[in-house]
Amino acid sequence: MKKTISLLLLVLLSGCAPHTERIDIAGSTTVLPIVQAEAEEYMNAHPAAAISVRGGGSQVGITSIINGTIDIGIASRPVTSVEKTLAAEKGVKLIQATIAHDAVSVVVHKNNPVNNLSLAQLQSIFAGKLTNWMQVGGPDMAIAVISRDVSSGSFEVFSDVVLDSVRVVNSAMRLPSNNAVVSAISYTPGAIGYVGLGYLNSYLKALSIDDSMPSVSSVQDASYPLARPLFMITLASCSPATREFIDFVLSASGQQIVARQGYVPREEMQQ
Amino acid sequence: MKNIRETTFKSLTYVSALFTIIFLFGIIGSLFLEGLPLIKLVTFKTFILNPSWHPTSYPADFGILSLIAGSLIVTMGALILAIPLGIGSAIYISEIAGNKTREIIKPIIELLAGIPSVVYGLFGMAFLSPFLIRVFGIPTGLNAFSASIILGIMVVPIISSMSEDALSTVPRQLREASLALGATRWETIMRVVLPAAKSGVIGSVVLGFGRAIGETMVVIMVAGGAAQIPTSIFQPVRPMTAAVAAEMGETVFGSPHFHALYAIAIVLFIITFATNLITEVVFFRKGDLK
Repeated sequence: MKKTISLLLLVLLSGCAPHTERIDIAGSTTVLPIVQAEAEEYMNAHPAAAISVRGGGSQVGITSIINGTIDIGIASRPVTSVEKTLAAEKGVKLIQATIAHDAVSVVVHKNNPVNNLSLAQLQSIFAGKLTNWMQVGGPDMAIAVISRDVSSGSFEVFSDVVLDSVRVVNSAMRLPSNNAVVSAISYTPGAIGYVGLGYLNSYLKALSIDDSMPSVSSVQDASYPLARPLFMITLASCSPATREFIDFVLSASGQQIVARQGYVPREEMQQ
Repeated sequence: MKNIRETTFKSLTYVSALFTIIFLFGIIGSLFLEGLPLIKLVTFKTFILNPSWHPTSYPADFGILSLIAGSLIVTMGALILAIPLGIGSAIYISEIAGNKTREIIKPIIELLAGIPSVVYGLFGMAFLSPFLIRVFGIPTGLNAFSASIILGIMVVPIISSMSEDALSTVPRQLREASLALGATRWETIMRVVLPAAKSGVIGSVVLGFGRAIGETMVVIMVAGGAAQIPTSIFQPVRPMTAAVAAEMGETVFGSPHFHALYAIAIVLFIITFATNLITEVVFFRKGDLK
């Protein structure tokens, strides 16, 4: 009996051996699929690493890294000056690494005949001035505007480029994740929304904006107006394990994973 | 010896009761501590009566009238569906069904209460919402109507099982007396049994109200999340719980938005507290005197 207990204790103790490298990651749901795939690959090669990845939105990622509750924040927008001040007040220094590029793709139901919108039309739709697809050359069908919750980095990029200080109409649905937007649009004939490039699938149709389709090449040559970089943010004082993981993401094999997830690797952006 | 055991037991139960009260006041205290600083930025009147909720725009708007409207319309819709279904099934189980049927139906209804709310939410997103678009030809399936239906289904088992308990505690003599006086079964149920079980039945409805207005996951997933005062039940809404849950994780500690979310929680707390208090004072007092 005593032997069993001591054996059990041994097992328990070795389970929490000090060489486990915990890395907590949280933030943008746009960057989430990349980091999940990266984490899986990395943990296969480094059995001692225990990486947990959560969503929450870009602001969650940046706020949490400033508050020191996670090791890496992921974001689909750069750290703002307000957040930099906040970090300085807390006495921490943030490091921001571009890990990939993405296009915020404007998407509609797959049966919607509209193919292209101008930035101005897009703004009018999200501001609630255009309410029927007929007004932009489509069928007589009410437009169901789908936006994202205020925490979303996609929302912030979208509102910077498209809305330009115009507010999203109150009647717009605000959904909590890329996936929620994808599933809502896939069965809502009159819907319009926006998702990361990696979320495009056969149930959705991506629109060209000012005649530029969201794609790897249009992001690379900067012709697509809603392109943006994706970031990993950590503290200057981060652990060696955290630094090693970020180096892996930036390495050639890490960037292959980025491409496999449908995003644009960072080396290919030469400007 | 016996005396010591008695006192120990007594003080143990006393301490447990005390803890519940401490927790309650701790929660109330922290709510008000974090929520009240909003008063410095927004007056109470604007907070409650302004329908514009743009917490991260510049300048920000912290008006929750549209969120309150969202909560109320979804809750009312749920109760309109759940009260007849819940009380109806309670009457059937307690008064009409035979022993065998009762033993099958009762656990099935209670099983409904055990399904996690996220599963209800998925059902609403993946099945109900596309179905409503096809049937009604509405622009979106994520709206107050679909959220009401899902919440209603969730509330049915609460109303049903609590009402059924109340109905079954009505003494048999009352029913027998009524039937002996020549009343039909229907008359007995409606005029004698239901009124006798009134306080329990109303209690179940209040509990159902609390469940519906406090439910979060389902409304995040199914209500659509648009912060507007709906002009039709087929429009998306953003109930208070959905706003707090969807936005709390991403707000900066101590920011106006953070305090505003706590202030919403205070409003929610006051609504449920007031409902409970009113029922306690108005209905239960009367029921006890009878």
